[in-house]
Amino acid sequence: MKNTKNESPKQVNLTIDGLQISVDEGTTILEAARQLNIHIPTLCYHEDLCVAGNCRVCIVEQEKVKSLPASCATPASEGMVIHTNSMKVRLARKHIVELLLSEHNADCTKCYKNGICELQGLASQMLTGDHMFLDLVPDHKYSIDMFNTAIIKDDSRCIRCQRCVRTCEELQGVSALGVAYRGNKMKISTFYEHPLFEVVCTNCGQCVNRCPTGALIERNYIDQVWDAIYDTTKHVVVQTAPAVRIALGEALGMPPGKIVTGKMVSALKRLGFDAVLDTDFTADLTIIEEGNELLTRLKKALLDKDPNVSLPMATSCSPGWIKFIEHTFPEFLGNLSTCKSPQQMFGALAKTYYCQKRKLDAKNVVSVSIMPCTAKKFEANRPEMRSSGYKDVDFVLTTRELGIMIKQAGLDFEALPEEHFDSIMGASTGAAVIFGTTGGVMEAALRTVYEVVTGREIPFEGLNVTIVRGSEGEVREATVKIEKTKPEWKFLDGVELKCVVANGLAHAKKVMQDVKDGKAHYHFIEIMACPGGCLGGGGQPIPTNKEIRTKRKQAIYEEDMGMPVRKSHENPDVEMIYKEFLGHPLGHKSHELLHTHYTPRKRY
Amino acid sequence: MSDTKLKRVDLIFGEYSNVKYKVLSDTIKRSNDEILDDLLESGLRGRGGAGFPTAMKWKLTSQVPSDEKYVICNADEGEPGTFKDREILTRVPRKVFSGMAICGKVIGARKGYMYLRGEYKFLLPDLLKELDYYHTHARNIGLDFTIEIRQGSGAYICGEESALFESMEGNRGEPRNKPPYPTTYGYMGKPTVINNVETFVNVMMIMRLGPIQFKLLGTSDSRGSKVFSVSGDTPIAGIYELELGMPLDRFVDEFGDGDAKAVQVGGASGFCVPRKKFKDTVIGFEGVPTGGSMMLFNSSRSMYNVLHNYLEFFEEESCGQCTPCRVGCQQLRKGIEAVKKGEKKAGYLDQLMKLSESMKLTAKCGLGQSVANSFSSIVYNFKEEMIY
Repeated sequence: MKNTKNESPKQVNLTIDGLQISVDEGTTILEAARQLNIHIPTLCYHEDLCVAGNCRVCIVEQEKVKSLPASCATPASEGMVIHTNSMKVRLARKHIVELLLSEHNADCTKCYKNGICELQGLASQMLTGDHMFLDLVPDHKYSIDMFNTAIIKDDSRCIRCQRCVRTCEELQGVSALGVAYRGNKMKISTFYEHPLFEVVCTNCGQCVNRCPTGALIERNYIDQVWDAIYDTTKHVVVQTAPAVRIALGEALGMPPGKIVTGKMVSALKRLGFDAVLDTDFTADLTIIEEGNELLTRLKKALLDKDPNVSLPMATSCSPGWIKFIEHTFPEFLGNLSTCKSPQQMFGALAKTYYCQKRKLDAKNVVSVSIMPCTAKKFEANRPEMRSSGYKDVDFVLTTRELGIMIKQAGLDFEALPEEHFDSIMGASTGAAVIFGTTGGVMEAALRTVYEVVTGREIPFEGLNVTIVRGSEGEVREATVKIEKTKPEWKFLDGVELKCVVANGLAHAKKVMQDVKDGKAHYHFIEIMACPGGCLGGGGQPIPTNKEIRTKRKQAIYEEDMGMPVRKSHENPDVEMIYKEFLGHPLGHKSHELLHTHYTPRKRY
Repeated sequence: MSDTKLKRVDLIFGEYSNVKYKVLSDTIKRSNDEILDDLLESGLRGRGGAGFPTAMKWKLTSQVPSDEKYVICNADEGEPGTFKDREILTRVPRKVFSGMAICGKVIGARKGYMYLRGEYKFLLPDLLKELDYYHTHARNIGLDFTIEIRQGSGAYICGEESALFESMEGNRGEPRNKPPYPTTYGYMGKPTVINNVETFVNVMMIMRLGPIQFKLLGTSDSRGSKVFSVSGDTPIAGIYELELGMPLDRFVDEFGDGDAKAVQVGGASGFCVPRKKFKDTVIGFEGVPTGGSMMLFNSSRSMYNVLHNYLEFFEEESCGQCTPCRVGCQQLRKGIEAVKKGEKKAGYLDQLMKLSESMKLTAKCGLGQSVANSFSSIVYNFKEEMIY
């Protein structure tokens, strides 16, 4: 019903709380009110999702209409007169919030979302001190799914707004969560009510990011990390992912889009970590390994004419994507790069190379990662991620959990000085920073691969390979022509490298389906499971919406531009590790520590 | 008694011609405007309960440009105490199919569906046999309108039109946000007319008899007759076709067992009328509307139990998506239990009355909105029974 032609949409005039406004046809009452800075409370509404209109908190009074329409689901129409805070509305809205509370396990002080819960916020706004209705919680046999290493689902805190269901279906195309039963038994559930770890859930955590209450939360490892820090026999190494440094500020009261790398390092040091290192280092390492892997596959395909080579090659940095492809397109597992994600490469090296350099015993090293991601928690617990002889990454914390730790330690984050990462595995490049946004891995890889093959910088102004910079809600296809190669790469001369970049698993699904159907032909596929890439990850601060993610993205590119080194192969620590430890890319040690394999899984 | 007896009507079940599908054959020769004019003139309003003017619904849908449109017959008869569609589909299915086909012609649809209540599976073989006959006839008269029967799976909510579309599309049967309405965005997102079984038969009869004769029956607000499902404390339970606009006291005189204390008009989602109001209550759109259910209760019945039963029904049959309906129904049921047991003071009933009013104002669909009908009318009129 959207206006697809380029004509300006029809205007409709309406009055909200005595104020007149003219809006585009199709605008909802809620959106129109927001334009007037009138805040109508909502619960099931979320900017990223389709309108559900099921919580009914956003009801308003419309003159000459008997019922109270839900403002999120009702389009403005000509001459409408709306009251958002009339007596009728106030009573009905209070009834609705009271009803939600009566079904909700409201022992808020036991809840992980205490203080940031949207239902709690509404309850305090409406002064629901004395509960109006009977407590229904004992009547419900609520269950809690604590079997998962990444996400906990507590039905007793669920208000059935279905944000999670819509997220899982619309944004991710996974549909691990759905509605089961009806009436008083209606609940959000999984296929045959299996626990989350047994179903197609990718642990991406997008539902966690959007759940208004404590019904879906990450499994937190805050206490375990504190224990490790306090244990004097342990050397605790922490790594921080690219997308954390541009979002952590939000968890600590700063506006979105602030680069807080230095303050974050400073905070981590004060929390007591023995070494504060950078996942960026292994992001660069990933580029070297993955870039060489791509070139090897291209060589096999184009020069050796090997029919068994798996092309297109797809990135493997995003653990949500990995679990998705394992479930949904298991026949394409051979197309995935065998590179571990930067987090896991880092973990494996922290317990080998790092120990060797620092003369530590790996059994005394605890490796912690700070990630914008909940799927990383699952990834760290994969059985194959123990190539160092120990668990490569012991604990994964989200950006939010780090925010909590900083608050627990009483640090005034904004006032902290800027500090630098420790050395050995602490150096970073602009190429690594952009791993945090969709298109970033592709761009970083192209900066390196092009130069390896031709001996020249990739011919884009300021190294900004803008053609692969994808954005939300789109699949970005791009072609890079390789010209005037070095003699050893002669077979690539004139080759047009076909790339595709997608973010959000719903788009990943589309790309893979097109590949499967033979409709699309690529050499290199970059997929990030979350909208906008890691910057929109399931472990990032709440709330999230397109505007916030756009600001995070700008910050990432700003950080890239500000880095003295912007190409992975020029990272000094990377050059050093090959010289001292790994030998050469795709070498024996690399295979042992930095590469992995995948497990086909079923849909059901 | 016989001279005061309510007038029996035989529009729906009567045999008016021994040539099958004669009315359909004749009607499709007429222009759409003529058909719509006749419908408008007849004053026919939907027989499912809500009473939307049929001519207007058809006209709106006919005016929407679309490559595909649908006619749907809502045969998901699930309202407690209603069983008249079952009888219609058993005895005169061809009249239903004719009405649907006429609708298809008027709005420009080539495809019709009947959404048959899951529990009516036993009707299917006979309906399919009749449908074969219909399709043969339609081909013979050059009418491009086919009908398919889809079965429900036993959810009350799927009788709500938009939940019915969702169910037909293979989704969970949950009502949609409105607007958009089915006239522009119905089944598969296409303009759709959805009418009750009886409405289609009425259309067919209006085409047969003309609007003038139809208008002779009923009142100015409620034209025509209605098939009633009479049940409860009555010696003569069954299906009766009566004129709309009848006073309830006359109905009770004729159908009651002499001891009626209340009549539930319109099923669980309708209104409860106590004895003292029988005289002033008219059955029709100007008074208490009904989809056909008339349940009589005599003085041996506990109205608390009646209400409790309805609330349990709603609690279970709510789709569960919207807060007022899902939680409200539980609170109302648990609330009257608490008052009955003395755990809550009698004044709590007033709180519950306000809650039911909020449910009426804010629920997403007709189910949640109409819980207040039976709740408030029973609690208001039989308060003592709720408390003691």
